[in-house]
Amino acid sequence: MSLDKNGIAQRIAQELKDGYYVNLGIGIPTLVANYVPENIDVVLQSENGLLGIGPFPEKGKADPDLINAGKQTVTTIPGSSFFDSSLSFAMIRGGHVDLTVLGAFEVTDKGDISSWKIPGKMVKGMGGAMDLVAAAKNIIVATTHTDRAGNPKLKTSCTLPLTGINCVKKIVTDLAVIEVSDKGFRLVERAPGVSVEEIKEKTGAPLIIEGDVPEMKL
Amino acid sequence: MNKVVKDAKEAILGMEDGQTFMLGGFGLCGIPENTINALVDSGLKSLICISNNAGVDDFGLGLLLKKHQIKKMISSYVGENSEFERQLLSGELDVDLIPQGTLAERLRAGGAGIPAFYVPAGYGTEVGEGKESRMFNGKMHLLEYGLTADFAVVKAWKGDTMGNLVYRDTANNFNQPMAMAGKITIAEVEILVEAGEINPNEIHTPGIFVQRIFQGTDYEKRIEFETVRD
Repeated sequence: MSLDKNGIAQRIAQELKDGYYVNLGIGIPTLVANYVPENIDVVLQSENGLLGIGPFPEKGKADPDLINAGKQTVTTIPGSSFFDSSLSFAMIRGGHVDLTVLGAFEVTDKGDISSWKIPGKMVKGMGGAMDLVAAAKNIIVATTHTDRAGNPKLKTSCTLPLTGINCVKKIVTDLAVIEVSDKGFRLVERAPGVSVEEIKEKTGAPLIIEGDVPEMKL
Repeated sequence: MNKVVKDAKEAILGMEDGQTFMLGGFGLCGIPENTINALVDSGLKSLICISNNAGVDDFGLGLLLKKHQIKKMISSYVGENSEFERQLLSGELDVDLIPQGTLAERLRAGGAGIPAFYVPAGYGTEVGEGKESRMFNGKMHLLEYGLTADFAVVKAWKGDTMGNLVYRDTANNFNQPMAMAGKITIAEVEILVEAGEINPNEIHTPGIFVQRIFQGTDYEKRIEFETVRD
């Protein structure tokens, strides 16, 4: 059975390591914070100027001066720090953030990603996505395997405007975990009960399959 | 030395049609509300505005857009404003979208006297079209330029009569780099104190960057997405 959004977030949380500084994008990536294993410490970075994002505030305690990059009210944790936008992107560009998780419209087997613009339809801007994908040491994309019409989102080239090139390292979808290797997409794991055949059929690029592909453990 | 002006109206004296100004804030967090209202009342037009976001339809920069006072926006993310999107699609408004980190660094560089620098963001995308590029450490980078403006308008939590500023929480965001990049920097603060009352160790923006300062009133501090625990 394919995973829901929380399942995708839960699988991505397994990629976290103790001591990681992580930037989570809007949407499914934000949910990853709910599944951080209890035995490890992970510090979340928000590009609007907060290191150490805490949980949402209690009702009645929201502070308009304290928000995340999705403009939601948040709180701090012991050890949090605040800083300006240029220092925030110095952390990102300087390679100090260990992992970036973000959503995508399309990802290619070369690691290219489109995620910010649909010509004629959506002109909201790239925000910090281009800076994040160009500079992060490790980038995981969280997405559904196909779009709402059932078309593959994992393909050989992007049709929508690019956010960055040769940058995505891993993709976690509702159907599979796929690595972007030098030779293209490599199928690493499949969602519980999902066949290799189904994943192949719903992927718009060749898949490297080596031996038995294990099921994800959630 | 006293940089204190009476209010926002006095702070924007000398600003002219067609000039470029910067506006601090991220979304609606840390925006200079008083000065935005004074700009709306001023009727200034054909302004070029550098701001990470464009406010919402009925608050923040959205108020200036509604009155067609802005001819061009330089921003990184302009969602949450349908009037902006309408003006953009109809061609009434010109917009230059810049990756957020590049925008922040262009401001910092502009204020720091660095004319240009290289960053990897946007290489291989439409952002890189027509830009000089160069490889450093095996990775391609784009040449980007420092940004300055006729006026920078920032919002701080606390300030003193010499223009020293302290920001609060994530309301710092673009205010600090913009404060450096204005030919004239206007700071509006929630609390204005005498010089010497702020511990020098705690100052974020040294007063040398600020030309005019005033204590704002009636802050609404609207929250864009109030999110609370279940």
